[in-house]
Amino acid sequence: MNRQGRPSAPGTVSDQAPKTFTGHQGLRLVEPLIFEVGAPDQTGVDLPKPKGGVNRLGGLERAAPVDLPGLSEPQVVRHFTRLSRKNYGIDMGFFPLGSCTMKHNPRLNEKVAGLAGFADVHPLQPESTVQGALALMDQLAHWLITLTGMPGIALSPKAGAHGELCGLMTIRAALEARGDARARVLVPDSAHGTNPATAALCGYVVDPIPADERGRVDLDAMTAKLDSDVAAIMLTNPNTCGLFETDIVEIARRVHEAGAFFYCDGANFNAIVGKVRPGDLGVDAMHINLHKTFSTPHGGGGPGSGPVVFSEALAPFVPPPWVVGGEGGFTLSETTGPESVGRMTAFHGQMGMFVRALTYMLSHGADGLKQVAEDAVLNANYVLETLKDVITASFEGPCMHEALFDDRFLKDTGVSTLDFAKALIDEGFHPMTMYFPLVVHGAMLIEPTETESKASLDEFIGAMRALAQAARDGDTDRFENAPVFAPVHRLDETQAARKPILTYQEPVPAEAAE
Amino acid sequence: MRYLPLTGDDRQAMLATIGAAAVDDLFCDVPESARLTEALNLPDHQGEIAVTRHMQALADRNVTAGDGPFFLGAGAYRHHVPASVQHLIQRGEFLTAYTPYQPEISQGTLQYLFEFQTQVARLTGMAVANASMYDGSTGCGEAVLMARRITKRKKAVLSGNLHPHYADVIETMTRFTDDHILRLPPVPQSGEDIAALIDQETSCVVVQNPDFFGHLIDLEPIAQAAHTAGALLIAVVTEVVSLGAVRSPGEMGADIVVGEGQSIGNALNFGGPYLGLFATRDRYVRQMPGRLCGQTVDAEGHRGFVLTLSTREQHIRREKATSNICTNSGLCSLAFTIHMALLGEAGLRRLAMLNHENAVALADAIDGIDGVEVLNSAFFNEFTCRVSNAAAVVERLAGQGIIAGVPASRFYSGLDDLLVLAATELNSDEDIDALASALQEAVQ
Repeated sequence: MNRQGRPSAPGTVSDQAPKTFTGHQGLRLVEPLIFEVGAPDQTGVDLPKPKGGVNRLGGLERAAPVDLPGLSEPQVVRHFTRLSRKNYGIDMGFFPLGSCTMKHNPRLNEKVAGLAGFADVHPLQPESTVQGALALMDQLAHWLITLTGMPGIALSPKAGAHGELCGLMTIRAALEARGDARARVLVPDSAHGTNPATAALCGYVVDPIPADERGRVDLDAMTAKLDSDVAAIMLTNPNTCGLFETDIVEIARRVHEAGAFFYCDGANFNAIVGKVRPGDLGVDAMHINLHKTFSTPHGGGGPGSGPVVFSEALAPFVPPPWVVGGEGGFTLSETTGPESVGRMTAFHGQMGMFVRALTYMLSHGADGLKQVAEDAVLNANYVLETLKDVITASFEGPCMHEALFDDRFLKDTGVSTLDFAKALIDEGFHPMTMYFPLVVHGAMLIEPTETESKASLDEFIGAMRALAQAARDGDTDRFENAPVFAPVHRLDETQAARKPILTYQEPVPAEAAE
Repeated sequence: MRYLPLTGDDRQAMLATIGAAAVDDLFCDVPESARLTEALNLPDHQGEIAVTRHMQALADRNVTAGDGPFFLGAGAYRHHVPASVQHLIQRGEFLTAYTPYQPEISQGTLQYLFEFQTQVARLTGMAVANASMYDGSTGCGEAVLMARRITKRKKAVLSGNLHPHYADVIETMTRFTDDHILRLPPVPQSGEDIAALIDQETSCVVVQNPDFFGHLIDLEPIAQAAHTAGALLIAVVTEVVSLGAVRSPGEMGADIVVGEGQSIGNALNFGGPYLGLFATRDRYVRQMPGRLCGQTVDAEGHRGFVLTLSTREQHIRREKATSNICTNSGLCSLAFTIHMALLGEAGLRRLAMLNHENAVALADAIDGIDGVEVLNSAFFNEFTCRVSNAAAVVERLAGQGIIAGVPASRFYSGLDDLLVLAATELNSDEDIDALASALQEAVQ
């Protein structure tokens, strides 16, 4: 009921919506670019006036304008607040994006990361002034080493793919140190794109290995390719189909027997944290996405953090820096050892993410992290079980932390995986991962994570079932135009790529155009 | 456990629906030998009070840059960040969003990325910029690989006054490609003749401005020499505030500009997360690494933004991608965009001049000290002085609550008598006086 006492009826939104003077539609606000709002002499920061003496810029003063608009603080706060409202985030609703582990980002993490004792510390301060920071890195390393059962660690990689690079370069350094240059890296068809891209960056030829009908690595096919020219296998486990590689111990054994190393993509560690240690599976190197398993925020695409853990065999080759504990406190070893692969980045890694991740680990503890894995797996299996009669599940049996479906159930409906995903936006959800992994047709990969309630899952399941029914019923309207309730409708990606507009261009004044 | 919504009843009901007796039945694919049977030797869960106590105690063991006079730079700079920046980037719609692969519900992220790209392009004097890299150092490595793709040549010449960590990262990233990296020795007093080393095999020269020792250099002759030989100039900017006072690298002829954007909007954070800036000329767009945001229209003809030219990227091209990079520095780029929108042209120029003037005042205050000699004639907000056993001086001053700068010996063995100092708008006259007197005492 509204305040006038008249009932508000559903279904009255239509294309008859009035055309407004402003272009806004209530809370659907059109927001210009800062370049269309700001002015070059306006500023939202009050700074003291420079004294204006003779400069020592050596004749390199900037003469030409930068051409940057300035906005006052109220304009800036409003602009970015309005922009934020055009975004979907975990804080707003269910975000079942497979392979991405979109779990709740605890606010305690943010509060702690903002403490001056972490945020306002320079990476090159004397060691005596950063003992707390070094202790924190040491504690984080201890947790990661204990959780994975792997003795070596490099904290500095900046994100998952950077961790992959670190791991694979370390493997190559170890092979070259024993005079055993090899040329190929085995990568399953179902792998994340970063895996083959990383192998190529390390100078390796990527040799694909197929999946079997159970969605796992085809052990025979892999073995046939394992020879003295294979440097490593890059395997995600649980894999990108959401399945545990049942032959993993045997795979590791055969890989090692062939003199190669086992790189594990740790993107899906959330499924097994506290339940299984990768070190016990025979893994030689694995990156850990702190922004997945350990809840640091995705931030609209980053920053991430991708520490890598290593087996004994690879530990001598890890990149600097290392935190070393001793009686006099912690020291930071920054020089590259004779065998080390070399520095991966300036300074020491994503400290702000280390703080958040350790805060999260301490909050959960060993018992809570085990519960994380169990609830993540339980939630995914619940989704799988309650949808598989109407949406085709790609593989038999229980899944791990994510459930993979494909588009066989949409056959002859005229609805595609993309349409289905966009219709989910109208239902108030962020879509699942679509068209990945590549090993099934029209993939829909759903990862609920452990931070969803049963009620939230039930609502999503209801929406999925309703959409599947609508597709079968030929109700294609709700798919073809979807989303209709988003801030914008479907965007023309072809035009964007064909004639790229990557920066704002001032409109040409009318008289000049004539 | 406060972050886990499922109740015991929920779990039982869900297991019943699935038809499993216990949650471990769902882990049946894990080989039995590999399942953990004993609890790990780690503490159990703790509430906010206990966790805060633990973390606060760690934080308290660090000296912060705000605790006393502070003159440390060398690739990371302490600047004022307006209060609204932190407020805005902490909004859940930004903080907890994913990469904007679903553009209809990611226009907030996409529009600020478009604004960010425009700001970076204009600051650097280039036509296009990407949606950010991990940081300046890794961006620098990517630039060298990109120059090779463009020129089909394998030799990169690195200035000796390039930040040593950046040079290290380039060497690491090209360790297993067949690139040839010619890394020149440092020239703390400036005057390196890098142009003379460019030949017909050279793919790129990598030059930092202001350089690691704070010298400002004219990139134009280097650009000309590079272009004459068919090579590219990669200009590196580790202090982006300098672009408010100094000619842009684009104006001086750079082909690729990489930068560390931390100075605008981002805290020191003990070294990360930071913000890699990456800009280039129009004709090299398709060889760029990383994400790009582009303008387009939606089905009703309204302006909108999408990630574009993705066929360069690993999720489409796999082993043929221009880079393996996926994650960018999204939230750090948002902080940059907001801070830069607040500053605007007028604010940025004023900020830059305040930095320069404080550095000039600092240089003048210590140059007269017996035993201290400032090496730079042209600099922005950072310079190098000669002082005997700089590491011991830094340690001694740290004991007095003054962070004096970084001794060059932290990066180069043998350069024991050089101290690199930076000043920003956050330094007061009192800070400068305190450093000058402490330094005078230390060198006596």
